[in-house]
Amino acid sequence: MMHMMLPMLAQTSWDEYKAIFLMQGFAGLSLFSVFLLMSLGLAIIFGQMRVINMAHGEFLTLGAYVTAIMSTFVMESFPDFMPYYFPLAVVGAFVAAFIVGYLVEFSLIRHLYNRPLDTLLATWGVSMVMQECFRQLFGARETSATLPDWLMGSWAPTEQIDIPLNGLLMLGMSIGMLLLVYLLLYRSRWGLRVRATTMNRAMAGAVGINTKRTDRVTFALGCGIAGIAGAGFTTIGSVSPTAGSAYIVDTFIVVVFGGAGSLIGTLISAFAIGQAQSILEFFLTGVLAKVFVLLAVIVILMMRPQGLFAQKVRR
Amino acid sequence: MSKFYNVFLGGKSGAIGLGILAALLLVVFPMALDVFRLNLMAKYLSYAFVAIGLVVCWGHGGILSLGQGVFWGLGGYCIAAFLKLEAARNIALEATSDQMKALTTLGLPDFMDWNQITELPWFWYGFKSLPVSIILMFVVPSVLAYLLGTAIFKRRVAGVYFAIITQALAWIMEMLFVTRQGWTGGINGITDLRTMWGWDIRTTSAQYTLYFTTSVLLLACILVCRGILNSKLGRLLVALRDEEDRVRFSGYDAANIKRFAFVVAAIISALGGGLFVMNVGFMSPKLVTIEPSIYMVIFCAVGGRMSLIGAVYGALVVQFGRTWFSEQYPAMWYFLMGGVFIVVTRYFPNGLAGIYDDYVAPLFKKLGSRRPKAVASGFDSTAPAIVPNTVNTTGN
Repeated sequence: MMHMMLPMLAQTSWDEYKAIFLMQGFAGLSLFSVFLLMSLGLAIIFGQMRVINMAHGEFLTLGAYVTAIMSTFVMESFPDFMPYYFPLAVVGAFVAAFIVGYLVEFSLIRHLYNRPLDTLLATWGVSMVMQECFRQLFGARETSATLPDWLMGSWAPTEQIDIPLNGLLMLGMSIGMLLLVYLLLYRSRWGLRVRATTMNRAMAGAVGINTKRTDRVTFALGCGIAGIAGAGFTTIGSVSPTAGSAYIVDTFIVVVFGGAGSLIGTLISAFAIGQAQSILEFFLTGVLAKVFVLLAVIVILMMRPQGLFAQKVRR
Repeated sequence: MSKFYNVFLGGKSGAIGLGILAALLLVVFPMALDVFRLNLMAKYLSYAFVAIGLVVCWGHGGILSLGQGVFWGLGGYCIAAFLKLEAARNIALEATSDQMKALTTLGLPDFMDWNQITELPWFWYGFKSLPVSIILMFVVPSVLAYLLGTAIFKRRVAGVYFAIITQALAWIMEMLFVTRQGWTGGINGITDLRTMWGWDIRTTSAQYTLYFTTSVLLLACILVCRGILNSKLGRLLVALRDEEDRVRFSGYDAANIKRFAFVVAAIISALGGGLFVMNVGFMSPKLVTIEPSIYMVIFCAVGGRMSLIGAVYGALVVQFGRTWFSEQYPAMWYFLMGGVFIVVTRYFPNGLAGIYDDYVAPLFKKLGSRRPKAVASGFDSTAPAIVPNTVNTTGN
């Protein structure tokens, strides 16, 4: 493929070349922020708790719907509030996904902790039910959130470079969420409880940690973060009942590739996969790029079965 | 003969279960259903092959593959390719007008014409002959399963990681098959299949023949898998699932045993795929991607992951339910199917077979022991029967 690119590159000036490089780098970065934002919730639910949540994408869709509904509501009832509604929508998306996640854990997941592969089947059922709920409530058609004016448009540092603002917002959100999750998991009392519970449930219970409550809140929090990701998603695309399920495999691949239970692994794997895919897309078609990235991930997983950054646990 | 009875039929209860299934498939269904419904049943049964394979590798081996659709689909595509070449040859020969002759190339499938491919790709050559196609139907999936099994199990990738990798594989296969339109027929798949060695597969008599072939092969597969599971190898497989390290420390090659189970499951799935193509007359990448592969696992889970016969019932019940619900309650069927998955995994981890073992079989025993005549005639309700289906499954 390179030899086809070379004549084209020879004609481009250095500035243009740099611009292409930067724009391409940013395309990779925005893909990275999408992957990271999606994977953070799963990094908690799957990485820490070992629950295979196939309904993760639906929690994302839920957050996106909450944002879309809020944007319509604000635009119709309080048009003056429009520029400020987005942070509120993020909170709303989190709360909605948190509550639903809490209920799902309470009614289903807590019975399946010693059967991890069964959580896959059960949550597949949950995802079907949730999708149908969306279809009944909001219709099968795609809807989208109305963005505040400050999010439209783009930032152009030079003539050739053009970086969309919503992409920057996604990047900011994903980095912010990463920091938040890091602080919660590794720098707080609660995080200590979560890690103790997931590493050795019996021992954690013996030293006085309420493991049931910890599990429930952890799962709900992972779902809530998926909801926030959904709110972020409305800035770059529209929402349909099946929107979330399109990303579920990608999300799992990111978490597994980075090494379940390692936050830094999730960060690096999201970055690597996002950049690799965007660079390959420059040379090949999108589908082939995807195929190559997936194959590369599979091969690397065979060399490092526990992912790039395996959690060190004594068994 | 008694060895055959104990190992392949699974003793008394196994033989009865198999007898009931055989009677249903070979006598009751053909008599009760019209040819349209019977053809539908044959379609369901060709999915049951995958469920049987999953009982071997998932239920007994603990290897949850979310990519069984790949093997099923590869088997199907191999047969579909042969049927397509034959159909293409006939269409080109039957072309009467010059205009039609100009539109069709002799022996080239129509989708290749549409994609400006003028010559048959080299990997299609084998599908000109039926025996080679049938061999390829088994060889292609089993080679893939062998390579994947070698790479994965030697590196001790297991559980969730294996499931995710196989899921990615299903996705890769779908993307490749959809985008390489000229080679695979793209998103439409390989359609419009008519004859096999001049035998029209769409006629009523052909559909009856194909239904019986499917049923008999399914029963044969159950026997073979019973044989495998009741052998020492089958017990090792269960041991591997429950306590892999101990088996490895005892000197067994764990990867080799797992790979064997995986390849067996792949071969059985491929056979099902091939039969599906003959029964239904088309193959498409939509049938082999992630969602159908998860459905295949669901068939197995609903029927009972430890029970070969249960898997067949599971495949029939779920698919029948899917068709029926989507006809009767189009808005509700997603709720109902989702609910079934949740309830079955939550309350019946051993599926329909588990319900039978836990509730129905004790009832029979109770009834049996109350009748003194049954005991007198040698029916000993307290003796542990050899029932491979009731192996304890508290693990994953």
